Amino acid sequence: MSILDSKIPEGPLAEKWSKHKAAIKVVSPANKRKLEIIVVGTGLGGASAAASLAELGYKVKAFCYQDSPRRAHSIAAQGGINAAKNYQNDNDSVYRLFYDTIKGGDYRAREANVYRLAEVSPNIIDQCVAQGVPFGREYGGLLDNRSFGGVLVSRTFYARGQTGQQLLIGAYQALNRQISKGAVEMYNRHEMLDLVKIDGKARGIIARDLVSGEIKRFGAHAVVVATGGYGNVFFLSTNAMGSNGSAAWQCYKRGALMSNPCFVQIHPTCIPVHGDQQSKLTLMSESLRNDGRVWVPKKKEDAVKLQKGELHPNDIADEDRDFYLERRYPSYGNLVPRDVASRAAKERCDAGFGVNSEGKAVFLDFKYAIDRLGKGVIEARYGNLFQMYEKITDVDPYKAPMMIYPAIHYSMGGTWVDYNLMTTVPGLYSIGEANFSDHGANRLGASALMQGLADGYFVLPYTIGDYLADEIMTPMADTNAPEFAEVEKDVKDRIEKLYNIKGSKPVDYFHKKLGQVMWDYVGMARNAEGLQKAIDMIKEIREEFWKDVRIPGELDNLNPELEKAGRVADFFDIGELMARDALDRNESCGGHFREESATEEGEAKRNDEKFTYVSCWEYKGEGVEPDMHKEDLVFENVKLTQRSYK
Amino acid sequence: MADKILKKLKIKVWRQKNAKSKGKFETYTIENISTGSSFLEMMDILNFQLIEEGIDPIAFDHDCREGICGTCSLYINGRPHGPDTEVTTCQLHMRKFKDGETIVIEPWRARAFPVIKDLVVDRTAFEKILQAGGFVSVNTGGVPDANTIPIPKDDAEESMDAAACIGCGACVAACKNSSAMLFVSAKVSHLAKLPQGKVEAASRAKNMVSKMDELGFGGCTNTQACEAECPKSISITNIARLNREYLRARISE
Amino acid sequence: MSKFLTASIGRKFVMSLSGLFLVVFIAVHLGLNLLLIFDNSGDLFNQGAHFMATNPLIKIMEPILGLGFIIHIVWSFFLEYQNWKARPVKYAKKNMSGASSWASRNMLVLGGLVLVFLIIHIINFFVKMKFTGDPLLAEVTINGEHMHNAYALVSSAFINSAALGVFYILGGALLGFHLSHGFWSAFQTLGLNNKHWLKRWKVIGTIYAILIAVGYAVIPLYFMLGLYK
Repeated sequence: MSILDSKIPEGPLAEKWSKHKAAIKVVSPANKRKLEIIVVGTGLGGASAAASLAELGYKVKAFCYQDSPRRAHSIAAQGGINAAKNYQNDNDSVYRLFYDTIKGGDYRAREANVYRLAEVSPNIIDQCVAQGVPFGREYGGLLDNRSFGGVLVSRTFYARGQTGQQLLIGAYQALNRQISKGAVEMYNRHEMLDLVKIDGKARGIIARDLVSGEIKRFGAHAVVVATGGYGNVFFLSTNAMGSNGSAAWQCYKRGALMSNPCFVQIHPTCIPVHGDQQSKLTLMSESLRNDGRVWVPKKKEDAVKLQKGELHPNDIADEDRDFYLERRYPSYGNLVPRDVASRAAKERCDAGFGVNSEGKAVFLDFKYAIDRLGKGVIEARYGNLFQMYEKITDVDPYKAPMMIYPAIHYSMGGTWVDYNLMTTVPGLYSIGEANFSDHGANRLGASALMQGLADGYFVLPYTIGDYLADEIMTPMADTNAPEFAEVEKDVKDRIEKLYNIKGSKPVDYFHKKLGQVMWDYVGMARNAEGLQKAIDMIKEIREEFWKDVRIPGELDNLNPELEKAGRVADFFDIGELMARDALDRNESCGGHFREESATEEGEAKRNDEKFTYVSCWEYKGEGVEPDMHKEDLVFENVKLTQRSYK
Repeated sequence: MADKILKKLKIKVWRQKNAKSKGKFETYTIENISTGSSFLEMMDILNFQLIEEGIDPIAFDHDCREGICGTCSLYINGRPHGPDTEVTTCQLHMRKFKDGETIVIEPWRARAFPVIKDLVVDRTAFEKILQAGGFVSVNTGGVPDANTIPIPKDDAEESMDAAACIGCGACVAACKNSSAMLFVSAKVSHLAKLPQGKVEAASRAKNMVSKMDELGFGGCTNTQACEAECPKSISITNIARLNREYLRARISE
Repeated sequence: MSKFLTASIGRKFVMSLSGLFLVVFIAVHLGLNLLLIFDNSGDLFNQGAHFMATNPLIKIMEPILGLGFIIHIVWSFFLEYQNWKARPVKYAKKNMSGASSWASRNMLVLGGLVLVFLIIHIINFFVKMKFTGDPLLAEVTINGEHMHNAYALVSSAFINSAALGVFYILGGALLGFHLSHGFWSAFQTLGLNNKHWLKRWKVIGTIYAILIAVGYAVIPLYFMLGLYK
């Protein structure tokens, strides 16, 4: 048997989860009290898992690098959360949500996992309402829904433009309740730096207390990693400044496989990069494309004038505007999926039609919607977003078109997990964005929140029992064991090594350089030559980093530069693996676009014959090329078709 | 609309090595900042410069940089989140400042928010208040269908208005008494306006207020500074509701 | 109840209730004193003063009123100290003017100044009428009833000293400022507020504050400008 056993249950798709639940082991309440679980990360996945596991009776320790669990980056999700409730009577169903997700992911996700996700989605909404999440409602008092890109039904639940915030607060409330009961020990401002294995099983972590700088050992019977995605490898992304891939990367180095790392989502509607001082990109909700029209000038001379600031966009006549999405995709127009819209914007800008001083922006114009519906309607729909846009750019979108450009947003790839969400390391679980399982090569809007909460509330609390039932005789992990000492020493050595470089350049210098390489060669369009070049360039920058980075401050004090250095050191490795994975996957699918695999019109072309698999990378040591294993994807319930939005 | 360059700025900032040490102000000069940069980008540039000069960079809290996580703080030129309204520090932009200006940056000041380092403060007090009762006591699973209890749209909206709180602590920083009443009332209102939260409304109000008092926040004197400086414009009418809920809870004891 | 009074919200209730009690007193007091300017024979005012000094209900209320003042004042110092302690390290640069009104931030200062005024006011009139007496208070007979000539005491005080008049006008203004925040704030603290009433209470409070300040200014002005002649 290969090391990859996905443990997908036998039987018809719709019965897999219920049959599996009936078949897996359960831990008795008395034994749960003897079992400890570490949960790293407190976003939707981590917070909901920590709370639910504690409610069941397990002893939970939860960790976050922020000063409060509530600050995890799930909070930034705007639009909503999908659920197959069919409250709108528009013929939605579990199957339809499953199908949309599989298709949206360009047929690179596991059928069984996605079906389960759709199956538990209604429970999430029930749970959140019971917790006091103030979802948007109709006048009759019942829950309202929105439509979202890429689907034909209205199944998105929302809380204004702050759905992620409200769902996270719900999970955080549940977590707080368990903390107050003493069932969860919460460690804020603690960062997991390594995983400890004893007899091949995950038995604890090494974490740094970010305030005191103390390196601490924590033992458990199982470790859950819910640390989100690695989008910050690009330096500029919509991720939070502290979002990082390090916890997952340490797990990879300790034997967990990393899957589909090249699948990252690029969101088309972000506020463009401004000069070279920018630290972070801000997302403007996808919903704006419902009423905004995307365009660039038809004439290159107009574009040049715009770039120089010699021409105001409103002075360009309609006939001189190129509504390129409507031109290329007449049936979907401005509402094509995220990956398609992003690539189309890049194509125009690369051709020299970009509209800001850097030539890297397109217009999103509300003039037409305001003419048609009136300013009042537009204000009611997007007032908050317009205000945010004006605060950032000093441009009033009621009077002049917005400028937007694609930006890195979400990582579909991540730690490989089986149907139980366990990685290839026994006792080590990965949930939410940190794992690879549900979104294939492209995630649909409003599905990230759904997956985080599905994993944390309704999947992991069941499946973890299957493993822990066999661990009831295992005593509490002894943090004085040599295994802990050894890993702790590795961590300390690494930190001291970084700290003692005492070079000349700050961490950001290297991070920006890495980000540029990633964006140029492992970004929206990739080709073999560029990817190979990226691998070589990353190696060079990494070498320079390890020779010349300067980390000021002290080891035993709050030291943000030291934190960043550790994360960026891992980003080099993650970036390299992403390039390697992208190089291997010589097809275009979802967010991954290989120029070698395109139709004549320049659209993405999948190659199902050769690439219907999940790539699973195995760490082989420092400086050694990793091995790739393949998990073949079997589609028994859907027919693979080429996506078209013409 | 077009961005300008601020040729020279003086940054007078609170430096404090750790919780135990005594802090003091230091003044740094920074040049050529675009008015289109965010305030925290200016801080990044300053830190980059300090590192190159061999000076320990200024520690400050920040994370999402889009105004929702509530991590960033900073008391800038005498105002929490600086000289703009309805924004967090990370959304504040340099166009709000003038060339040649001296910008004074201090940490949140409150007994309940001790300084950890430089501009970073410990807001664990907020955590403790929420742990004292800022939740609905339901376990995962076994809850009724989401549409079982209709909730009037206005109630849901009002609940959402209060739930928009990001827990940044600007209310405490803005208040002359370092009172946490706006924060506490936002959570109490968020849940009290929903039938799911009403069940425990009395004990929630009592427990959260007791915890708030215990942690050393000041009392509310209705100056409304909290509302004016709140990046999410949480209304002080929530404080009236908390007062009411609290009175009711104590009377029915 | 002890729990209620040791909690921050409970303590504020005490300030709010005692404040509202004083608000009522201030209105009654002004109403009575306005009698000074409606009858320059002084009979009306003297009758009013006599009624207030002899009515048994008012007599009962007098110590309660005193207690109200004491609670409001002592409690305010106590609360202000508590609040002051909540920020051990002060800000170096503050810019609070845009966020809150000056009066709201300086209620103790305003209240303290009103207290200074109050003490002088009591020494000037109340102590003389009640305890020490004054030649000007020589008894008069109105409608067969004997009473002090309070009118003579008050009117001559203002006629003879413009400084005293100005002092009283200032005192009224301070009180007005104090009320401009105190009035609506009391209702807010009692929880009798919401998004509609917030504006209403503020309007009512502002009108009340202006009426009190103007009302108390009119009396000294009436005598200073010689309108009684």
